[in-house]
Amino acid sequence: MAILDILKLPDSRLKQVSQPVTQFDAALQHFIADLEATRQAGPSAVGIAAPQVACFQRMVIVDVSGRPKTPNHGYLVLINPEIVHWEGHAIGREGCLSVPDYTGNVIRATAIRLRAQDCDGQLHEFEMEGYEARAVQHEMDHLDGLLFVDRVVSRRTDLYRRKSARLD
Amino acid sequence: MAAWNMLTLVGADRSGIVAQVTRTLYQLGGNLGEASMIRLGGNFTIMLMVRGDFSTEAMLEALAPVSAKLDLRVHVDAVRGELHQHQVPNFQVRVNGADRAGIVAEVTAILAALGFNILELDSNVAGEVNQPLYLMNIQGFCDAPLKALENALAPLIAQGVAVTVTPLELMIG
Ligand SMILES: [Zn+2]
Repeated sequence: MAILDILKLPDSRLKQVSQPVTQFDAALQHFIADLEATRQAGPSAVGIAAPQVACFQRMVIVDVSGRPKTPNHGYLVLINPEIVHWEGHAIGREGCLSVPDYTGNVIRATAIRLRAQDCDGQLHEFEMEGYEARAVQHEMDHLDGLLFVDRVVSRRTDLYRRKSARLD
Repeated sequence: MAAWNMLTLVGADRSGIVAQVTRTLYQLGGNLGEASMIRLGGNFTIMLMVRGDFSTEAMLEALAPVSAKLDLRVHVDAVRGELHQHQVPNFQVRVNGADRAGIVAEVTAILAALGFNILELDSNVAGEVNQPLYLMNIQGFCDAPLKALENALAPLIAQGVAVTVTPLELMIG
């Protein structure tokens, strides 16, 4: 296994839209192993997307199982993932392997239903919530050339205040 | 590289303040670092890290025409400190209630006693003119567990101040 180089802002390749995966072969398994090794070599990332290592194909890895008290589906390889349902929204703080030394608040859906293929091309459906759902949304943004810095809300944008405002 | 200065500007809010101040600094050869700029009670306030090969006197002199034109009060301090020193908050504290004297001091004294380091604080007086509502939002870092923060704040909550503490979970991906 190899640790791959991570693209970092302002590298414009991070804005590229990735293409669907069509070949579920040995080369793909090999790449996924390298991608996971790269994730684990970084600063405690719970996810990584293929375009972060300059492979512009629609695949991400998410694994939030290392966090205490966090509902999760374990180690997930999500290929050609698609969110088919969103629910709720919450602010949470995010950072990114491709944006060192910066974190910011981002609004994400609190629950999602997701369809994705695995390494062998088998289709699966997942119901996810909270931290895991946030991680998946962050990684899937990478596939569309979007970074969390494109979604950061001002420190004064407080969901709590928005909710109170809505009650009026 | 020259050392950083902290430039503080305050004046009645109007459009164009940021554009004119930053253009002046750019023409002087200044580099900008981290900044916080926000409207507070009808004033526009700027805290801005600036450095360059010039004295603080030269910076003030360069800014004089703009600050005179826009009626800004300007202050510069040489500061220690560097970029890339970010700290990530792990707790958010929200306070709201009837506006009353001492509320900020009471909440922050409790937090300070637990070693809570405030990284960001913004507060607002909202509501109606005759029934002001005080809102405060703090993000900071504390080694103490959530339970310890909640227990320490409990007496204040018993007095009717709405204080909530939420852990902030950083997600890196
Ligand atoms: Zn990322």
